Amino acid sequence: MARSDVQLMLEVKAGDEASFELLLRKYRTPLVNFLNRMVRDAATAEDLAQEVFLRVYRARKKYSPSAKFTTWLFRIATNLALNSLRDGRHRQMEVSLDAPPEEDEAPLDLPSRDVRADQMLIERERAERIRRAVLSLPEKQRAAVLLHKYQEMDYAEIGHVLDCSESALKSLLFRAYETLRVELAPLVTPASPAGTTGEGREP
Amino acid sequence: MSCEKIATGLIAYLDGRAGAGERREVESHLAACAACRARAEEFRGVWKALEEIPVVEPSLGFDARIRQRIAAEPRPRPWFWLIPSPRLAFSLSLLVALSAYISSRPPAIPQGAPPTEEGFKMINDLPVLEDYDVLSNFEALSELPQVPAQAPETQDPAQPDEEPVTN
Repeated sequence: MARSDVQLMLEVKAGDEASFELLLRKYRTPLVNFLNRMVRDAATAEDLAQEVFLRVYRARKKYSPSAKFTTWLFRIATNLALNSLRDGRHRQMEVSLDAPPEEDEAPLDLPSRDVRADQMLIERERAERIRRAVLSLPEKQRAAVLLHKYQEMDYAEIGHVLDCSESALKSLLFRAYETLRVELAPLVTPASPAGTTGEGREP
Repeated sequence: MSCEKIATGLIAYLDGRAGAGERREVESHLAACAACRARAEEFRGVWKALEEIPVVEPSLGFDARIRQRIAAEPRPRPWFWLIPSPRLAFSLSLLVALSAYISSRPPAIPQGAPPTEEGFKMINDLPVLEDYDVLSNFEALSELPQVPAQAPETQDPAQPDEEPVTN
Protein backbone atom coordinates (compact mmCIF):
# COMPACT_ATOMS: atom_id res chain seq x y z
CA MET A 1 0.00 0.00 0.00
CA ALA A 2 1.40 3.38 -1.05
CA ARG A 3 2.18 5.71 1.78
CA SER A 4 0.55 9.13 1.72
CA ASP A 5 2.62 12.29 1.36
CA VAL A 6 1.91 13.18 4.97
CA GLN A 7 3.06 9.73 6.09
CA LEU A 8 6.24 10.09 4.04
CA MET A 9 6.90 13.50 5.51
CA LEU A 10 6.41 12.19 9.04
CA GLU A 11 8.97 9.50 8.25
CA VAL A 12 11.36 12.18 7.00
CA LYS A 13 10.76 13.94 10.31
CA ALA A 14 11.75 10.73 12.11
CA GLY A 15 15.02 10.68 10.17
CA ASP A 16 14.19 8.49 7.15
CA GLU A 17 16.11 9.97 4.22
CA ALA A 18 14.63 7.44 1.77
CA SER A 19 11.16 8.92 2.29
CA PHE A 20 12.49 12.33 1.38
CA GLU A 21 13.89 10.78 -1.79
CA LEU A 22 10.39 9.50 -2.66
CA LEU A 23 8.87 12.95 -2.18
CA LEU A 24 11.64 14.46 -4.28
CA ARG A 25 10.96 12.06 -7.16
CA LYS A 26 7.22 12.60 -6.95
CA TYR A 27 7.19 16.38 -6.89
CA ARG A 28 10.33 17.56 -8.69
CA THR A 29 8.65 17.69 -12.13
CA PRO A 30 5.38 19.37 -11.02
CA LEU A 31 7.39 21.88 -8.99
CA VAL A 32 9.85 22.70 -11.75
CA ASN A 33 6.96 23.15 -14.21
CA PHE A 34 4.95 25.30 -11.82
CA LEU A 35 7.97 27.52 -11.14
CA ASN A 36 8.96 27.59 -14.80
CA ARG A 37 5.50 28.90 -15.67
CA MET A 38 5.68 31.40 -12.84
CA VAL A 39 9.13 32.89 -13.51
CA ARG A 40 9.58 31.74 -17.14
CA ASP A 41 13.31 31.20 -16.85
CA ALA A 42 14.16 27.48 -16.67
CA ALA A 43 17.40 27.91 -14.74
CA THR A 44 15.73 30.15 -12.15
CA ALA A 45 12.83 27.71 -11.89
CA GLU A 46 15.27 24.89 -11.10
CA ASP A 47 17.09 27.00 -8.52
CA LEU A 48 13.81 27.86 -6.84
CA ALA A 49 12.67 24.21 -6.91
CA GLN A 50 15.94 23.24 -5.22
CA GLU A 51 15.29 25.88 -2.59
CA VAL A 52 11.78 24.53 -2.00
CA PHE A 53 13.07 20.99 -1.35
CA LEU A 54 15.84 22.33 0.86
CA ARG A 55 13.32 24.30 2.92
CA VAL A 56 11.10 21.25 3.25
CA TYR A 57 14.10 19.26 4.48
CA ARG A 58 15.14 21.96 6.92
CA ALA A 59 11.60 22.22 8.30
CA ARG A 60 11.20 18.45 8.73
CA LYS A 61 11.65 18.50 12.52
CA LYS A 62 8.89 21.08 12.93
CA TYR A 63 6.52 19.51 10.42
CA SER A 64 3.00 18.85 11.63
CA PRO A 65 0.34 17.56 9.25
CA SER A 66 -2.12 20.41 9.74
CA ALA A 67 -2.77 20.71 5.98
CA LYS A 68 -2.24 18.63 2.86
CA PHE A 69 1.40 18.16 2.00
CA THR A 70 0.91 19.64 -1.48
CA THR A 71 -0.68 22.76 0.00
CA TRP A 72 2.39 23.27 2.18
CA LEU A 73 4.79 22.47 -0.65
CA PHE A 74 3.19 24.80 -3.18
CA ARG A 75 2.76 27.54 -0.62
CA ILE A 76 6.55 27.53 -0.15
CA ALA A 77 7.03 27.41 -3.94
CA THR A 78 4.55 30.23 -4.58
CA ASN A 79 6.07 32.49 -1.95
CA LEU A 80 9.55 31.90 -3.32
CA ALA A 81 8.40 32.58 -6.88
CA LEU A 82 6.55 35.76 -5.90
CA ASN A 83 9.53 36.99 -3.88
CA SER A 84 11.84 36.23 -6.78
CA LEU A 85 9.61 38.14 -9.18
CA ARG A 86 9.23 41.05 -6.79
CA ASP A 87 12.98 41.24 -6.34
CA GLY A 88 12.98 42.37 -9.93
CA ARG A 89 15.70 39.97 -10.91
CA HIS A 90 13.44 38.25 -13.38
CA ARG A 91 11.10 41.09 -14.20
CA GLN A 92 12.88 41.80 -17.44
CA MET A 93 12.06 38.28 -18.55
CA GLU A 94 8.34 38.93 -18.47
CA VAL A 95 7.85 39.71 -22.10
CA SER A 96 4.81 41.03 -23.89
CA LEU A 97 2.74 38.91 -26.17
CA ASP A 98 4.17 40.73 -29.20
CA ALA A 99 7.81 40.20 -28.31
CA PRO A 100 9.73 37.78 -30.51
CA PRO A 101 10.76 34.42 -29.09
CA GLU A 102 14.11 34.33 -27.36
CA GLU A 103 17.08 33.23 -29.36
CA ASP A 104 18.60 31.11 -26.63
CA GLU A 105 15.65 28.79 -26.39
CA ALA A 106 16.24 25.12 -27.07
CA PRO A 107 16.54 24.34 -30.76
CA LEU A 108 13.71 22.53 -32.45
CA ASP A 109 14.05 18.82 -32.84
CA LEU A 110 13.10 18.89 -36.51
CA PRO A 111 12.27 15.65 -38.29
CA SER A 112 13.50 15.02 -41.82
CA ARG A 113 10.19 15.59 -43.50
CA ASP A 114 9.32 19.24 -44.23
CA VAL A 115 5.58 18.80 -43.66
CA ARG A 116 6.11 17.35 -40.25
CA ALA A 117 8.58 20.14 -39.48
CA ASP A 118 6.07 22.79 -40.49
CA GLN A 119 3.42 21.20 -38.32
CA MET A 120 5.75 21.09 -35.35
CA LEU A 121 6.72 24.69 -35.90
CA ILE A 122 3.07 25.76 -35.92
CA GLU A 123 2.37 23.79 -32.75
CA ARG A 124 5.40 25.26 -31.08
CA GLU A 125 4.44 28.82 -31.96
CA ARG A 126 0.93 28.19 -30.71
CA ALA A 127 2.21 26.78 -27.41
CA GLU A 128 4.57 29.71 -27.07
CA ARG A 129 1.73 32.17 -27.53
CA ILE A 130 -0.36 30.41 -24.90
CA ARG A 131 2.58 30.41 -22.54
CA ARG A 132 3.09 34.13 -23.08
CA ALA A 133 -0.59 34.75 -22.37
CA VAL A 134 -0.20 32.98 -19.02
CA LEU A 135 2.99 34.88 -18.27
CA SER A 136 1.28 38.18 -18.99
CA LEU A 137 -1.21 37.60 -16.15
CA PRO A 138 -0.63 39.44 -12.86
CA GLU A 139 1.48 37.26 -10.55
CA LYS A 140 -1.27 36.21 -8.15
CA GLN A 141 -3.73 35.47 -10.95
CA ARG A 142 -1.04 33.44 -12.68
CA ALA A 143 -0.35 31.40 -9.57
CA ALA A 144 -4.09 30.81 -9.11
CA VAL A 145 -4.48 29.55 -12.69
CA LEU A 146 -1.43 27.28 -12.45
CA LEU A 147 -2.58 25.73 -9.17
CA HIS A 148 -6.16 25.38 -10.45
CA LYS A 149 -5.38 24.06 -13.90
CA TYR A 150 -2.17 22.02 -13.50
CA GLN A 151 -2.15 20.99 -9.83
CA GLU A 152 -5.92 20.51 -9.77
CA MET A 153 -6.17 21.86 -6.26
CA ASP A 154 -9.55 22.64 -4.79
CA TYR A 155 -10.49 26.21 -3.90
CA ALA A 156 -9.76 25.82 -0.20
CA GLU A 157 -6.24 24.61 -0.95
CA ILE A 158 -5.50 27.35 -3.46
CA GLY A 159 -6.93 29.91 -1.06
CA HIS A 160 -4.58 28.60 1.63
CA VAL A 161 -1.59 28.74 -0.71
CA LEU A 162 -2.38 32.28 -1.86
CA ASP A 163 -3.65 33.43 1.51
CA CYS A 164 -7.06 34.57 0.31
CA SER A 165 -10.70 33.64 0.91
CA GLU A 166 -12.60 31.24 -1.32
CA SER A 167 -14.82 33.98 -2.71
CA ALA A 168 -11.79 36.19 -3.41
CA LEU A 169 -10.17 33.25 -5.16
CA LYS A 170 -13.22 32.65 -7.37
CA SER A 171 -13.12 36.29 -8.40
CA LEU A 172 -9.36 36.07 -9.00
CA LEU A 173 -9.74 32.96 -11.15
CA PHE A 174 -12.59 34.47 -13.16
CA ARG A 175 -10.56 37.60 -13.93
CA ALA A 176 -7.56 35.48 -14.94
CA TYR A 177 -9.53 33.15 -17.22
CA GLU A 178 -11.43 36.10 -18.68
CA THR A 179 -8.12 37.74 -19.64
CA LEU A 180 -6.89 34.48 -21.17
CA ARG A 181 -10.18 34.04 -23.04
CA VAL A 182 -9.76 37.44 -24.66
CA GLU A 183 -6.03 37.02 -25.35
CA LEU A 184 -6.36 33.54 -26.78
CA ALA A 185 -9.61 34.10 -28.66
CA PRO A 186 -7.95 33.66 -32.07
CA LEU A 187 -6.53 30.30 -31.01
CA VAL A 188 -9.47 28.94 -29.12
CA THR A 189 -12.17 27.18 -31.02
CA PRO A 190 -15.20 26.18 -28.99
CA ALA A 191 -15.10 22.45 -28.47
CA SER A 192 -18.83 22.13 -28.93
CA PRO A 193 -21.68 24.30 -30.20
CA ALA A 194 -22.44 27.38 -28.08
CA GLY A 195 -25.79 26.02 -27.07
CA THR A 196 -24.31 23.16 -25.07
CA THR A 197 -24.61 23.41 -21.30
CA GLY A 198 -23.49 21.24 -18.43
CA GLU A 199 -20.47 20.69 -16.27
CA GLY A 200 -17.13 20.56 -17.98
CA ARG A 201 -14.81 19.23 -15.22
CA GLU A 202 -12.03 20.43 -17.45
CA PRO A 203 -9.12 21.70 -15.31
CA MET B 1 -29.63 36.24 -12.18
CA SER B 2 -27.51 38.69 -14.21
CA CYS B 3 -24.50 37.73 -16.36
CA GLU B 4 -22.17 39.59 -13.97
CA LYS B 5 -23.43 37.69 -10.95
CA ILE B 6 -23.20 34.36 -12.72
CA ALA B 7 -19.67 35.05 -13.99
CA THR B 8 -17.73 34.22 -10.80
CA GLY B 9 -19.73 31.01 -10.34
CA LEU B 10 -19.16 29.98 -13.94
CA ILE B 11 -15.63 28.70 -13.36
CA ALA B 12 -16.71 26.57 -10.40
CA TYR B 13 -19.61 25.26 -12.46
CA LEU B 14 -17.38 24.33 -15.38
CA ASP B 15 -14.72 22.61 -13.26
CA GLY B 16 -17.37 20.65 -11.37
CA ARG B 17 -16.67 22.19 -7.95
CA ALA B 18 -19.87 24.23 -7.60
CA GLY B 19 -22.36 23.33 -4.93
CA ALA B 20 -25.79 22.02 -5.87
CA GLY B 21 -27.51 25.41 -5.43
CA GLU B 22 -24.89 27.33 -7.39
CA ARG B 23 -24.97 24.72 -10.13
CA ARG B 24 -28.75 25.03 -10.57
CA GLU B 25 -28.49 28.82 -10.77
CA VAL B 26 -25.77 28.71 -13.44
CA GLU B 27 -27.60 26.06 -15.46
CA SER B 28 -30.84 28.02 -15.51
CA HIS B 29 -28.94 31.17 -16.54
CA LEU B 30 -27.00 29.40 -19.31
CA ALA B 31 -30.22 27.94 -20.67
CA ALA B 32 -31.53 31.48 -21.16
CA CYS B 33 -28.34 33.42 -22.06
CA ALA B 34 -26.54 32.69 -25.35
CA ALA B 35 -23.68 35.10 -24.55
CA CYS B 36 -22.82 33.27 -21.31
CA ARG B 37 -23.10 29.92 -23.09
CA ALA B 38 -20.57 31.14 -25.64
CA ARG B 39 -18.33 32.42 -22.88
CA ALA B 40 -18.52 29.07 -21.10
CA GLU B 41 -17.44 27.28 -24.27
CA GLU B 42 -14.55 29.69 -24.71
CA PHE B 43 -13.43 28.97 -21.14
CA ARG B 44 -13.39 25.28 -22.02
CA GLY B 45 -11.31 26.14 -25.06
CA VAL B 46 -8.86 28.09 -22.89
CA TRP B 47 -8.45 25.12 -20.54
CA LYS B 48 -7.76 22.84 -23.48
CA ALA B 49 -5.25 25.33 -24.88
CA LEU B 50 -3.40 25.47 -21.56
CA GLU B 51 -2.64 21.78 -21.94
CA GLU B 52 -0.59 22.61 -25.01
CA ILE B 53 2.14 24.24 -22.96
CA PRO B 54 4.85 21.57 -22.99
CA VAL B 55 5.92 19.90 -19.78
CA VAL B 56 9.59 20.37 -18.97
CA GLU B 57 11.68 17.82 -17.13
CA PRO B 58 14.18 18.83 -14.45
CA SER B 59 17.81 18.76 -15.58
CA LEU B 60 19.80 15.54 -15.17
CA GLY B 61 21.79 16.92 -12.29
CA PHE B 62 18.75 18.11 -10.33
CA ASP B 63 18.59 15.19 -7.87
CA ALA B 64 22.35 15.06 -7.41
CA ARG B 65 22.47 18.78 -6.66
CA ILE B 66 19.73 18.63 -4.02
CA ARG B 67 21.36 15.54 -2.43
CA GLN B 68 24.65 17.42 -2.30
CA ARG B 69 23.02 20.44 -0.68
CA ILE B 70 21.24 18.26 1.86
CA ALA B 71 24.48 16.40 2.66
CA ALA B 72 26.08 19.78 3.39
CA GLU B 73 23.37 20.64 5.93
CA PRO B 74 24.58 20.61 9.56
CA ARG B 75 23.61 17.43 11.41
CA PRO B 76 22.42 17.46 15.02
CA ARG B 77 24.94 15.80 17.40
CA PRO B 78 23.88 13.21 20.03
CA TRP B 79 24.93 15.44 22.92
CA PHE B 80 23.46 18.51 21.37
CA TRP B 81 20.50 18.49 23.75
CA LEU B 82 22.91 19.28 26.58
CA ILE B 83 23.49 22.70 25.08
CA PRO B 84 20.06 24.01 24.20
CA SER B 85 21.33 27.38 23.13
CA PRO B 86 24.65 29.16 22.57
CA ARG B 87 23.59 31.89 24.98
CA LEU B 88 23.08 29.39 27.80
CA ALA B 89 26.38 27.68 26.97
CA PHE B 90 28.18 31.03 27.20
CA SER B 91 26.53 31.82 30.55
CA LEU B 92 27.55 28.43 31.97
CA SER B 93 31.14 28.86 30.77
CA LEU B 94 31.29 32.29 32.33
CA LEU B 95 29.96 30.94 35.64
CA VAL B 96 32.57 28.14 35.72
CA ALA B 97 35.41 30.57 34.91
CA LEU B 98 34.27 32.97 37.63
CA SER B 99 34.08 30.16 40.21
CA ALA B 100 37.60 28.99 39.31
CA TYR B 101 38.97 32.52 39.65
CA ILE B 102 37.38 33.11 43.05
CA SER B 103 38.58 29.75 44.43
CA SER B 104 42.18 30.39 43.27
CA ARG B 105 42.51 33.66 45.27
CA PRO B 106 44.23 33.51 48.81
CA PRO B 107 41.75 33.79 51.63
CA ALA B 108 41.57 37.23 53.29
CA ILE B 109 42.33 37.35 57.14
CA PRO B 110 39.25 38.52 58.92
CA GLN B 111 39.69 41.35 61.48
CA GLY B 112 38.15 39.47 64.36
CA ALA B 113 40.40 36.43 63.96
CA PRO B 114 42.10 34.93 67.07
CA PRO B 115 45.83 35.86 67.63
CA THR B 116 48.48 33.43 66.49
CA GLU B 117 51.39 32.07 68.60
CA GLU B 118 53.55 35.06 67.65
CA GLY B 119 50.74 37.33 68.73
CA PHE B 120 50.63 35.72 72.21
CA LYS B 121 54.41 36.16 72.64
CA MET B 122 54.07 39.86 71.82
CA ILE B 123 51.34 40.24 74.42
CA ASN B 124 53.57 38.65 77.12
CA ASP B 125 56.46 41.02 76.33
CA LEU B 126 54.22 44.06 76.31
CA PRO B 127 55.37 45.57 79.76
CA VAL B 128 59.02 45.33 78.72
CA LEU B 129 58.29 46.98 75.43
CA GLU B 130 56.32 49.71 77.14
CA ASP B 131 59.28 50.40 79.61
CA TYR B 132 61.71 50.54 76.75
CA ASP B 133 59.50 52.96 74.96
CA VAL B 134 59.31 55.28 78.01
CA LEU B 135 63.00 55.14 78.80
CA SER B 136 64.09 55.70 75.22
CA ASN B 137 62.13 58.92 75.12
CA PHE B 138 62.80 60.14 78.75
CA GLU B 139 64.45 63.61 78.47
CA ALA B 140 65.62 63.81 82.09
CA LEU B 141 68.01 60.99 81.42
CA SER B 142 69.83 63.02 78.83
CA GLU B 143 70.79 65.64 81.50
CA LEU B 144 72.69 63.12 83.61
CA PRO B 145 76.55 63.16 83.31
CA GLN B 146 77.77 60.74 80.84
CA VAL B 147 79.57 57.88 82.46
CA PRO B 148 82.40 56.73 80.40
CA ALA B 149 82.04 53.20 79.62
CA GLN B 150 85.90 52.72 80.00
CA ALA B 151 88.76 54.44 81.97
CA PRO B 152 90.93 56.84 79.96
CA GLU B 153 94.37 55.57 79.14
CA THR B 154 96.06 59.10 78.99
CA GLN B 155 96.23 61.77 81.76
CA ASP B 156 94.12 64.81 81.62
CA PRO B 157 96.41 67.88 80.90
CA ALA B 158 94.18 70.13 82.98
CA GLN B 159 95.10 68.15 86.12
CA PRO B 160 98.69 68.82 87.39
CA ASP B 161 100.73 65.97 88.48
CA GLU B 162 100.45 65.96 92.23
CA GLU B 163 102.04 63.77 94.64
CA PRO B 164 99.55 61.98 96.69
CA VAL B 165 99.33 63.58 100.14
CA THR B 166 100.53 61.40 102.67
CA ASN B 167 100.69 62.05 106.28
